Amino acid sequence: MSRRSIVPFGPQHPVLPEPIHLDLVLEDERVVEAIPSIGFVHRGLEKLVEKREYTEYVYVAERICGICSFQHGSGYCQAVEAIMNVEIPPRAEFLRTIWAELSRMHSHLLWLGLLADAFGFESLFMQCWRLRERVLDIFEMTTGGRVIFSVCKVGGVRRDISSDDMKRIITVLDTIVADLKDFERVFFDNNTVKSRLCGVGVLSKEKILELGAVGPVARGSGIKLDMRKLGYAAYDKIPQVEPIIETAGDCYARCLVRLRELYQSVEIIKAAASTMPEGEISVKVTGNPNGEFFSRVEQPRGEASYYVRGNGTKFLERFRVRTPTFANLGALLATLPGCDLADVPMLVLTIDPCISCTER
Amino acid sequence: MSFIKKSPWIIHYDGTSCNGCDIETLACLTPLYDVERLGVVNTGNPKHADILLVTGSVNEQSAPVLWQIYNQMANPKVVVAIGICALSGGVFKECYNVKGGVDTVLPVDVYVPGCAARPEAIIDGVAKACEILQQKLDHEREKKRTRKAVKNNG
Repeated sequence: MSRRSIVPFGPQHPVLPEPIHLDLVLEDERVVEAIPSIGFVHRGLEKLVEKREYTEYVYVAERICGICSFQHGSGYCQAVEAIMNVEIPPRAEFLRTIWAELSRMHSHLLWLGLLADAFGFESLFMQCWRLRERVLDIFEMTTGGRVIFSVCKVGGVRRDISSDDMKRIITVLDTIVADLKDFERVFFDNNTVKSRLCGVGVLSKEKILELGAVGPVARGSGIKLDMRKLGYAAYDKIPQVEPIIETAGDCYARCLVRLRELYQSVEIIKAAASTMPEGEISVKVTGNPNGEFFSRVEQPRGEASYYVRGNGTKFLERFRVRTPTFANLGALLATLPGCDLADVPMLVLTIDPCISCTER
Repeated sequence: MSFIKKSPWIIHYDGTSCNGCDIETLACLTPLYDVERLGVVNTGNPKHADILLVTGSVNEQSAPVLWQIYNQMANPKVVVAIGICALSGGVFKECYNVKGGVDTVLPVDVYVPGCAARPEAIIDGVAKACEILQQKLDHEREKKRTRKAVKNNG
């Protein structure tokens, strides 16, 4: 006879950098149901558009989340530029692409580290974060900030990357790739890693479509879903943008998708650096936005969409973000029933939750 | 750093941070900054911790959680507020669901500014917190000694 009990998980928990609360209904050690409660990080920043000018709001948009900060800023700028019919210079588009891909690299390395920590492989966690610092050094060199850059603005970007700096970045990326090859061996061939990841939290292709999951979670189950294929910024000019998919649909597949995307990002940055045209990096923007637009970008965690509505004044009327973690929470709750209590931290991490994006 | 007589154990809680300061706090523990070599250990248990690091401002829902963590910590304890949001609310100050800085809920000892606060600044904040922790410890010992002396004499 199994006993039913409820174990509260979070909001303060060693494996969670961010507060989320799950009530896990257990039968002995097996999870039967997971009931989430959120709202610990809700700030209400969408309402703030009514108090900030649309050019100043970029700073707030970037602070929706500190991990995919750049993509939030550029997604918002894209929407405002589309409303105002502003054509940003091609060089700015390429620079946005480069920073976006670097953000993806830093986010995926961070995630690989946290995953390693969740299954108790602490040295791998440290190694991933050591590698991540090199990406942060590139950010610091090119933008001045480590996690929040404020380099995107309505009408282009604020800073240029000189050709000397670009060469230096490529050299650093090559060293990162060399180190990644080492990690790859651990992630691909290590028994510890495989025994914890293979066959855990399986999501079928049909289930993903039913739940509407996005990003690496969807790609890990064999769905070709990548917003970069829409060709925003300079992605339409780069041939390497092809969604990376795995078909197994378990934690291991999602891990491999992210690992392989790191190499892809390096390829995209190199391609962008070699084809980047010379010229201006921003245009002057006059007038106020009047109209509405939906912009979609591919963040490290999946598709994020931004809805912006202006009314002809310098204050926007409505701003709405749909973040990838919100779309993936359904997938998380679908994987939890039936798993062991000890696997819960890993399953929570496998969707790469970003609570501050989700709750804003 | 010679004034530090014990290894300070820290506990971290994210009020309503955007993650920026959180990952910088975590970055302090990883190889480039590696505060573990100074004896700083990140623990998940409030009863093990000496120093509470809070990132982000406080809202109605996170305030009671913070109180619970703070009350469970053993005396003496030090609170470090990290990042501009934890100091005053920062860019989110005017948001409807933000109460303000951490000091609206807890007594804060050290303020670390920055958006996001850099790891160097966070380490400096923790070093300052160690100093305050030692002062609090000395103060408590002094109080105990006086009480004992009064008892013996009276």
